[in-house]
Amino acid sequence: MNGDPAHTTPAQAPARVPARRKRRLREPQSALTIRFTVNGETVERTVEVRKTLADFLREDLGLTGTHLGCEHGVCGACTVLLNGEPVRSCLLFAVQAAGAGIETVESLAPGEGLHPVQAAFREHHGLQCGFCTPGFLMSAVALLRDHAEPTEEQILETLGGHLCRCTGYQGIVEAVRAAARTWQR
Amino acid sequence: MPTRWFGERIPRNEDPRLLTGRGMYVDDVRRPGTLHAAFYRSPHAHARILRIATDQAKALPGVVAVVTAQDLPERIRGPLPKLIPHPALVHHKTQVALAGEVVRHVGEPIALVVAESRYIAEDALELIAVEFEVLPAAVDLEAAAKPGAPRVHADMADNIAAHHIQRAGNVEEAFAKAPHVFRERFTMDRGSSAPMETRGVVAEWDPRSHQLTVWDSTQAPIRIRNYLSDLLGLPQANVRVIAPDIGGGFGPKIMMCYPEEISIPWAAMVLERPVKWIEDRREHFVATNHERLQIHDAEIAVDADGRILGVRTTYLHDCGAYCAYGLTVPIVSGTTLPGPYKIPNYHAEYRAVFTNKTQTSPYRGAGRPHGVFVMERLMDRVARELGIDRAEVRRRNFIQPHEFPYDLGGLIYQDGVRLVYDSGNYPEVFRKTLDHIGYADWAAQKARHRREGRRVGLGFAFYVEGTGIGPYEGCRITVEPSGKVYVATSVGTQGQGHYTSFAQIVADALGTDVRDVIVTTGDSGAFGWGTGTFASRAAVVAGNAVALAAGAVRQKTLQVAATLLEARVDDLELAEGKVFVRGVPGRAVMLGQVAAAANPLRGVIPQEWEGPGLEATRYFAPPSGAFAAGCHAALVEVDTETGLIRFLRYVVVHDCGPVINPMILEGQVRGGVAQGIGNAFYEKLVYDEQGQLLTQTFMDYLLPTVAEVPAVEVDHVETPSPLNPLGIKGAGEAGVIPVPALVASALDDALSEEGVRITEMPLSPSRLREILREAQTAPTPA
Amino acid sequence: MKPAPFRYVAPRSVDETLALLAEHGAEGKILAGGQSLVPLLNMRLARPQVIVDINGIRSLAYIRRKDDRLHMGALTRQRAVEESATVRRQVPLLWEAIRFVGHPQIRTRGTVGGSLAHADPSAELPAVVAALDAELVVRSPSGERALSPGEFFAGYLTTALEPTEVLTEIRFPVLPERTGTAFVEVARRHGDFALVGVAAVVRRRDGTIAEARLAFTGVGPGPVRVREAEGRLAGSAGTPRVFADAAREAGARLDPEGDIHATAQYRREVAAVLTRRALELAWQRSGGRTR
Repeated sequence: MNGDPAHTTPAQAPARVPARRKRRLREPQSALTIRFTVNGETVERTVEVRKTLADFLREDLGLTGTHLGCEHGVCGACTVLLNGEPVRSCLLFAVQAAGAGIETVESLAPGEGLHPVQAAFREHHGLQCGFCTPGFLMSAVALLRDHAEPTEEQILETLGGHLCRCTGYQGIVEAVRAAARTWQR
Repeated sequence: MPTRWFGERIPRNEDPRLLTGRGMYVDDVRRPGTLHAAFYRSPHAHARILRIATDQAKALPGVVAVVTAQDLPERIRGPLPKLIPHPALVHHKTQVALAGEVVRHVGEPIALVVAESRYIAEDALELIAVEFEVLPAAVDLEAAAKPGAPRVHADMADNIAAHHIQRAGNVEEAFAKAPHVFRERFTMDRGSSAPMETRGVVAEWDPRSHQLTVWDSTQAPIRIRNYLSDLLGLPQANVRVIAPDIGGGFGPKIMMCYPEEISIPWAAMVLERPVKWIEDRREHFVATNHERLQIHDAEIAVDADGRILGVRTTYLHDCGAYCAYGLTVPIVSGTTLPGPYKIPNYHAEYRAVFTNKTQTSPYRGAGRPHGVFVMERLMDRVARELGIDRAEVRRRNFIQPHEFPYDLGGLIYQDGVRLVYDSGNYPEVFRKTLDHIGYADWAAQKARHRREGRRVGLGFAFYVEGTGIGPYEGCRITVEPSGKVYVATSVGTQGQGHYTSFAQIVADALGTDVRDVIVTTGDSGAFGWGTGTFASRAAVVAGNAVALAAGAVRQKTLQVAATLLEARVDDLELAEGKVFVRGVPGRAVMLGQVAAAANPLRGVIPQEWEGPGLEATRYFAPPSGAFAAGCHAALVEVDTETGLIRFLRYVVVHDCGPVINPMILEGQVRGGVAQGIGNAFYEKLVYDEQGQLLTQTFMDYLLPTVAEVPAVEVDHVETPSPLNPLGIKGAGEAGVIPVPALVASALDDALSEEGVRITEMPLSPSRLREILREAQTAPTPA
Repeated sequence: MKPAPFRYVAPRSVDETLALLAEHGAEGKILAGGQSLVPLLNMRLARPQVIVDINGIRSLAYIRRKDDRLHMGALTRQRAVEESATVRRQVPLLWEAIRFVGHPQIRTRGTVGGSLAHADPSAELPAVVAALDAELVVRSPSGERALSPGEFFAGYLTTALEPTEVLTEIRFPVLPERTGTAFVEVARRHGDFALVGVAAVVRRRDGTIAEARLAFTGVGPGPVRVREAEGRLAGSAGTPRVFADAAREAGARLDPEGDIHATAQYRREVAAVLTRRALELAWQRSGGRTR
């Protein structure tokens, strides 16, 4: 079912004005060549500056696990990790990720099997349609990496930044509580 | 059968795929050469289109086509299909693929842009210029129902699409003689299902093989296939509609022939390139069907003991600009209202009214929340007026367990069948609920809270839910030589766990591991006869078809295995993926071997086999719906100074007969409760007087988050349905149905000192404080 | 919902930013955290020609004590504020309020300066800044000026910032001992913008209120101070009666607007309720005992 990604508009001439030439102002560009890591791999692409990070991940890199639910930063379905911190990828432009390390849901279980957080979601029925799930997973992973024993308040505060329409949240909360215990990190 | 999967809390088969980001939702479908679509949508609620200028848009680099109504072939230029006709639906108005002359709601599509990217397509939208003659809009429901209101459809004398009455007994006589009659007006306002995934369509046309493939985030792929075949003039066999992974349906995705579902496939055929349209969130708020707005005037007649003599309701239903889906919602309201009570005389009368707003069609609950809200509020009213305990007054009116099947006296349900409850045990459900929530010593508890300065209320609401209606669903099961079992069904899945629950049924019948059963749903190419996933019917109707097919395959397996093992069918067992002679486990053959043996390359196969292979196709067509029931109860605390509320406890006792997978069922209930809480306190679609939708983003249309939804304690009662082999009843909507009634009941209790009586939904902190103030300044209610 | 076309540039210094803004003027817009701006871009409600992304200017993110002020770079992430023990100790009002700003995922990117420059009438940080009389340092090609909150907030989503200027620093006073602060708000859901919010400061001298400040959000085009109520509180005892009087005064003085989420009357009434609650809390935290 896979084909070539949708084409973006062609890039203009490379952007950067060398720092030495301080008198010449940096020229705003419509497209830029950017370099950053995604799921541990270096990526270098030329991209239209208005393309969101979410669209870039999905279309240019074929990482469709990150979903778009609202494109205005409320639902959290598009959440990825930028340098280990959860961010709304619909509110970032791909060019802003230059030099950063991005992690998406695809990085959690690169081979067979499930990441402990994913396994906990499965065990505690923390997903139904699965559309919001990758966003929840990334926020949960960031939380648990930062906190060996997150408090209930911290868990709820993190999960509060995501909307789910299917589960009523209980399974998700139980999954994160369980993962805090089961994930050796 | 030794292995039992049915009834077990099995983790879902589909989870690993979804958890690892390997789901395929419609926006994940990637076809070479795909073009991207965007729609120019009406900014006006009601207007005549005078001129559409698209030249500038067409000239934008990257734009491939800009289409308006005049470019469409005649077959899809006019009103799209009427879905569910009804004799009362005199004016069955439907939407068009692209509006050419008149627009009747904000968001109605006028032009289709196809471009190399969605970014460019949206740029092109801004270059389209449309000249409108703005017309007066009919927005307010009551105003729209009156003669003289602006007419949504110019060829009608008014805005009344339908006027429908359902009766049982003789209400006039009952009310005339009744010692007590209480009247109330109830309002429930517009809401949206707002699934996390909006709608979307990807269409691909192969001009060489003449095949159209459509991926559609729909709950009804087979029927969409049929409509597309008809409208685009293609054989059904040449059209394949796939509902891939769907990020939530909840009803509005069962609507068929949305404008985009027709224009996008047509565009793909004309352009001979795949075309993708993904609805963005703002579009979703105006382009995907709404529901929920109804106004009920209701009255109840009771005797001195609170026994119901009659119930009467007249109501207005807001159709929006069209009513393609028909009268399902108001019919369901009227036939759900009686609930668990004996109501000898009943009258439900409604007018379905056109307004210049987005069209409506069923959203989880589909009219049941309204029926339950009215009835449960009336019962609380009776209790209060007559000084009878609210639980007791219900007990006095319950249909008793021995009174099933219970005929409601001639009402006709949404499936066109006479309304008869098949089974149930309402007193037991009620008793368990009250027990769990601690109703018996609530008065003392409430007083204790009060002394601490806390206003806490206990609310409950009971509902009877019609589920599992026809017409039918089907299933084909095939055991492959690998030993794995492939199940193709006619319904689609939007998160309900069919890949697991159906597998559980099959695994039981064939003695295999549930993980070796692979279920396909929602693909007209895999299974071509079906209706769709809606109205809490997939488990009942498709599940039973699955069971019937599994039973047939089991029989065939035993037959073929008997030959292989030189044993009698009656001596054989199926377990652990094998067929073996009972008591002689060594004499066994693998399921896959049996499948291979059933399809020999040469030789003769017995007549009794009725064909090769371990495969069977079966359909289940229920004679009528199976009626589930349940009761919700909660403790709700109110901060009277701010109008904020908090759930302290939430209990659900549910009866959907035997439960296939309790984990999945509880998830359905909890998810429904969350949406119900949204309907009660957070979610309201607000239109201004010009018909502009003011709530078009998640900043204004508020979905409950984890902070707003309590943990829900779920318990069960099981009264099997005699209407299907598995004895099951549906549960998909159970969570949402009674929540508004429940919240109202709890708030009335919390604010009983002020005499608050909630009759509207949704509320908000601001509105609750207004209601409180009105109650405090009002004269003591009579 | 894709943004309209724009050109993009990421300066590395404030000077470069100023030069770019001078060049592009009204066509340019600063992009900081993006949590407020990018939704507007995606919805095409804002269509700047040039986006000036200042996220790379590391020198604009800092938290430094200098004399009796905490100097905070405008690009300081809200999350950094939340996690800063320094802020918690030295500007507890800011620390308390920041946890009402959206959700952790928003605070990862959102900046203190960005929130203030966006000036949403229901945002929390403008009320904090107004209650503390923090200084907002604005840089332009001709130099630097320090604005008071009253000078900075100019109306609905409007500040005194010229298109060629950048907010670079906020200077929060570190309050003396025996000063208590409180931030309380009512929102429809946790993390939403406030329907009404109050930032209260109470400085105690023995058993009386030496000075009080009340700054509201959600009740006007920008943060609102109610100086009449503040004036009445000064010199009064820290009693429930006094707080209730102040609450009534505040409710009477405020003139909020209604919208689909709450009526004007609701906002006014709840502002009074929150005034009382905030004053009680701030008084307790100043070490005062409630009689």
